[in-house]
Amino acid sequence: MSQTSQPIVELRAVEKSFGPLHVLRGVDLALERGKATVIIGESGTGKSVLLKTMLGLIRPDAGQVFVDGQRIDNMRERDLVKIRRRFGYLFQMGALFDSLTAGENVAFPLAEHTKNSKERINQIVAEKLALVGLDGIQHKRPAELSGGQRKRVALARAIALDPDIVLYDEPTTGLDPIRSDSINDLIIKLKNELSITSVVVTHDMTSAFKVADRILMLHRGHFIADGTPDEIRNSEDLRVRRFITGDADAGSDEQPVQETLL
Amino acid sequence: MLTSSLALLGRFTFVQLSALGEFAVFVAQTVARTPPALVRRRDLSRLVPQGYTIGALSVPVILVTGTFVGMVLAVQAIEQFKAVGLASRMGVIVSLSVVRELGPVLAGVMLAGRVGGALTAELGTMNVTEQLDALRSMGADPMRVLVVPRFVACVVLTPILTLYCDLMGVLGGWFISVPVFGVSNQDYWGFTKSALETWDVGSGLFKSVLFGATIGLISCYKGFHCRPGAQGVGQACTESFVSGFVVILILDFFAALLLKNIYESIWGFKMVF
Repeated sequence: MSQTSQPIVELRAVEKSFGPLHVLRGVDLALERGKATVIIGESGTGKSVLLKTMLGLIRPDAGQVFVDGQRIDNMRERDLVKIRRRFGYLFQMGALFDSLTAGENVAFPLAEHTKNSKERINQIVAEKLALVGLDGIQHKRPAELSGGQRKRVALARAIALDPDIVLYDEPTTGLDPIRSDSINDLIIKLKNELSITSVVVTHDMTSAFKVADRILMLHRGHFIADGTPDEIRNSEDLRVRRFITGDADAGSDEQPVQETLL
Repeated sequence: MLTSSLALLGRFTFVQLSALGEFAVFVAQTVARTPPALVRRRDLSRLVPQGYTIGALSVPVILVTGTFVGMVLAVQAIEQFKAVGLASRMGVIVSLSVVRELGPVLAGVMLAGRVGGALTAELGTMNVTEQLDALRSMGADPMRVLVVPRFVACVVLTPILTLYCDLMGVLGGWFISVPVFGVSNQDYWGFTKSALETWDVGSGLFKSVLFGATIGLISCYKGFHCRPGAQGVGQACTESFVSGFVVILILDFFAALLLKNIYESIWGFKMVF
């Protein structure tokens, strides 16, 4: 199989439980290189768990995870370092290090993994912060930043090492519509300008339709829909319709899934 | 009834043993990562802020603890010693008690509260706000970046803080014995000098190294394994202090027993008066 046709990330029959809670029930997923895949689903359906499984932060109980054809679910932490360098991860609340400034946060992965001089690192930090529209706030602490600024600094940190894949966990949650849209534009910009493969977990449908090349819906531990934004928008599966319209009363929960979307 | 009680006991034992096993793995991982971190410049630079927080900021509270321990010891003992005509030996009882036992143990307990609680709260908050996952996602090892510098700072600085506590304890005892109760200054220091041996100071410092390691390991472990939410962090801080306190007292007993046997097997029984 050629490098380009091979999925950049692949999950095969992945299962994960936390105590009695069976979160992922045999998830299969292959991510296409350079595309933006959006995973939607209700809160608590395991979207973030799925994201963390992709870079080995959570180990599946069963099934396999591959990155560029290399199996990673059984790798030791030490060996995962090389794999993780290829990923950027935007955490839901940013997960900026409180004890460091914004600039030091963005510099952290650079100092950890490169032998660049301090001047060169500062230059890259300024470039990445400029990319997210925040150059000049290097000396501010995370506590001094607004929610949107924290997310953008976290995004700058996630792309500091020029990753091939960026995983976005609820990138627009807690932001006003204008800030949300600027984050959406950033995701699109990174995908188009830097050919980054994006995986976005969200329940914000405006964001999903705007950034996605492909949308999947996770429901009770497995995917019930998979298609382009238009296919999802026109889906007749009531579970999908209820979710994308935000109408809790729109039909029974047990309605069969439309075949073409599976 | 008996079966269900046995099942409960079995489950309790299993949970406790698996937690102990997890802690043992945590200790082994920390110890294994420590020597390489002591030669890497970037890892060493992480020691400085920890040294300041754990060491420098603890100095005032340790000085106060030591002073009052020495003073209260002297207040409690002076009348009894006067009654048997041994007031001149006040320095001996104060210095031996403080240097061998009270200094290391009370400094350890004080640090378990001040430093242990703060470390657990800091790492616990990092845990529940996904900062530990963020470190791992960037290919950094949270044990090396967060635990090792805190562990090393606790191990190195607890004996130094214990020395401060010892010194203030002896001075506190002097203040009550000499200026307040009129014991001769020459007697206080003279008998202290003749009774106090390097072994006494060394054994206290040996114990304080154990206590420092205990505080560092337990507080970091509790922070790394705390439950989600503010309540989880609060509970982890309480558990960190209580476990640290209890382990310090248990370790103190066994270390005292061991050190006493070693001393007596080399030099024989020591008569302090």
